Amino acid sequence: MAKRAAPEVNAGSMADIAFLLLIFFLVTTTIPKDSGISRKLPPIDDSETEPPIIRQKNIFTVSLNNNDQLLVEDNLMEIKDLRAAAIEFLDNNGDGTCSFCKGKRDPASSDNPTDKAVISLKNERQTSYAAYISVQNELVAAYNELRNRRALEIGAQKGFPNMNFIEMQAKHDDVRWGGNKTKLKEVIEQIQLEIPQKLSEVQ
Amino acid sequence: MAKFNKKKDGGLPPVNTAALPDIVFMLLFFFMVATVMRENTLKIANILPLANQVEKLDKKNPISYIYIGKPSDNYASKFGTEARIQLNDDFADVSEIVPFINQERAALREELVPFITVSLKVDKKSNMGIVGDVKQELRKANALKINYTTGTGDVSANAE
Repeated sequence: MAKRAAPEVNAGSMADIAFLLLIFFLVTTTIPKDSGISRKLPPIDDSETEPPIIRQKNIFTVSLNNNDQLLVEDNLMEIKDLRAAAIEFLDNNGDGTCSFCKGKRDPASSDNPTDKAVISLKNERQTSYAAYISVQNELVAAYNELRNRRALEIGAQKGFPNMNFIEMQAKHDDVRWGGNKTKLKEVIEQIQLEIPQKLSEVQ
Repeated sequence: MAKFNKKKDGGLPPVNTAALPDIVFMLLFFFMVATVMRENTLKIANILPLANQVEKLDKKNPISYIYIGKPSDNYASKFGTEARIQLNDDFADVSEIVPFINQERAALREELVPFITVSLKVDKKSNMGIVGDVKQELRKANALKINYTTGTGDVSANAE
């Protein structure tokens, strides 16, 4: 009477079961589409220090009223014209210290984008969120356009030719990209320092 | 004798596995019914506006979600049609945002706490009033990194 081996369990339907589970999870899983406009809120300032005085010509006022009408520097404007107007303001180079600007050097407009030009955004309680996001998007686009232009200039010198700012950032975050990331980061930081996003919101 | 030996060599008959799929199905159905996907059931209308200058939200950093929009039809009779805030699975008041952020922070590993990002998923028809109030509360909670989560597309579609 030899010891008998245990009979094998029939695993033929295992594949079917696995497929079934797979399909179930495929159907129930939603891939979140999370992208958007990142902003940093100003911290609450309790100190009684006077805010630095900014000259009126260095402030680009954008306001949205209760009916989603756009008022830029006291003129009514369509949202499609906002980007060009913001670029013109930032790129003006009134005091001539900005070496890469190509603006008109109008003495009545901003001095330079590096530490003078500020965009001020004001909205009312009844302003719709869609209009607010549209304006934010156009202002970010204005900054991005200037940064892209600058990136093409610097990139050619630093060994990243034909790459705009958005591409540089994408390459920097891309794990599979084989280039010199520390060098690329320096270029990105230099551009961010030269053209900072100075966007203040009126409370 | 040969006849008897032959019978013993056959061993045990194989276990009948014909009922195995039925058992697995039963288990699967049980779990399907019993599992609740608690990934924030929305109680509000939430159609995000579009933008094309978007950055991807970094999944490496912890993200908390705040939803704003007007209550969906099932809740309209109870909560009205004015835009409301939803935190996790329920309607919330503006004053509940600070405790919510602190709770989210407490659930994180300590080294990740400074990197918390708040994703604002706001319905495009809401007003800036409530969004401004939420932003003010976030400043009080010192959660300063925010992201206006949007769809990707041209802004001209936002006007409708």
